[in-house]
Amino acid sequence: MSHLPKRRRIERRPPLVLVVLAALGAVFFVAPLAGLIARTPWRRVPELLANDVATDALGLSIATSIAATAVSAVLGVPLAWLLARIDFPGKALLRAVVTLPLFLPPVVGGAALLFALGRRGLIGEALYEGPGLLLPFSVWGVVVANTFVAMPLLVLAVEAGLRNLDPRFEGAAATLGARRLTVLRRVTLPLVAPSLGAGLALAWARAFGEFGATVAFAGNLQGRTQTLPLAVFMALETDRDTAVVLSMLMVAVSLAVLVVMRGRWWRWR
Amino acid sequence: MLVRILAGACAVTLALVGCAGRVGGEGGERVIVFAAASLTDVFGDIQVAFQAAHPDVDVELNLAGSGALREQILEGAPADVFASANRATMDEVMLAGETAGPAAVFARNELAIAVPAGNPAGVTGLAALGRPELLIGLCAAGVPCGDLARTVLAEAGVTAVADTDEPDVRALLTKIEAGELDAALVYTTDVIAAGEAVDGVALAAGANVTADYLIAPLAGAANPVGAARFIAYVRSAEGRRILTDNGFLLP
Repeated sequence: MSHLPKRRRIERRPPLVLVVLAALGAVFFVAPLAGLIARTPWRRVPELLANDVATDALGLSIATSIAATAVSAVLGVPLAWLLARIDFPGKALLRAVVTLPLFLPPVVGGAALLFALGRRGLIGEALYEGPGLLLPFSVWGVVVANTFVAMPLLVLAVEAGLRNLDPRFEGAAATLGARRLTVLRRVTLPLVAPSLGAGLALAWARAFGEFGATVAFAGNLQGRTQTLPLAVFMALETDRDTAVVLSMLMVAVSLAVLVVMRGRWWRWR
Repeated sequence: MLVRILAGACAVTLALVGCAGRVGGEGGERVIVFAAASLTDVFGDIQVAFQAAHPDVDVELNLAGSGALREQILEGAPADVFASANRATMDEVMLAGETAGPAAVFARNELAIAVPAGNPAGVTGLAALGRPELLIGLCAAGVPCGDLARTVLAEAGVTAVADTDEPDVRALLTKIEAGELDAALVYTTDVIAAGEAVDGVALAAGANVTADYLIAPLAGAANPVGAARFIAYVRSAEGRRILTDNGFLLP
């Protein structure tokens, strides 16, 4: 009993090269954050956060990122299920198209959305001429742009979860007489809950930080489409202290949510 | 084994970084020019003409809103020349001690109303920017074209109902080109640069305000000689011809 820990400790000592490289990797992420903290004018924080540009942007960012996460879940979970469980021609291509927003420059995504959903767009023209729905320059446009960049993360996470699922659980439930939607609701979804949780957290964080697609598709207007990242970018032009404080606010909110969500859902082991 | 792979990865990385560092050179020199977004087309033309006249020099353009460029310069971005779309931004760079010589006005510009080709909303003048049923775009306050637009609107007594405050004039123009906005205040040169997708509506006589474009060598320049040559070229007869061809006014 008392000999075991000793042997383990020897085995566990990590190779020095790895530790050094890992430390360098960590510095790469910590340094910019430290730079931001060093630049923050702490005494002016309350005054700058009370500014209506900041409060409007924070409120809008929270509302639109949550809405985009909800839309991503409603549409993304069925899409992930389709990609994981059903074989159909063109599936590889569809998966590539669904994950494309992860790799496209967001501004390109925003421009593509404008050409598809703008009032002169492929689909947007019908929406505008018919029900009079105009997505660009509206809060709904922000939700669309956020969903476009965020949903792929959720689809990837849930699809991976579904693939790793042992199909015998669902088979057993079906054998016992459960209908297909009941199996999905009572067996499949609870089993992929950790993947779904991780997907929701990632999608939300991505939506909360979205800039390029939003500014290209929804424009930038305080109180209507100016989210926190847009407010930061615009403040860089005029008032650096405000830009830094808004950046710190984004970092704080994102970190808090990711740490909490990770503790709750996202333990890999 | 692992160490060997990591060493290999490092060697490859260093080689790539080394190559990237030399791309501009090829034995010659390099001039890095930070220029306001509204100079995109004209500086593209000047870049081509300058490189034709000086085959040993490679001009690299970094185009963005003047304020964003100012931030990059104040944070120590490597640049030899700065061309701003207004005096205030250049003054801030100068006050920070980042210029290496006097800033010179090399071009002027005015505003025009940009509308999608065919002017579907029937815009005839500045008053249209106050019509709430139209989709109106401006450059954001703090961006030179945005500040200029607000001055022009205030002097005309028009309260604009903007649907978007775009971060730079090119982003604004893109939305006019796509037909997603009905009218926007941009530079006259942008209307010319946009070609057939955009029509221009001139402002009423006396309603316009002139913007100055300034150019200066930077204190942090790695290539001060190249910076001086580029600035001299912009202000030469050839540079002035390219500027007027693109619709700029001369000082």
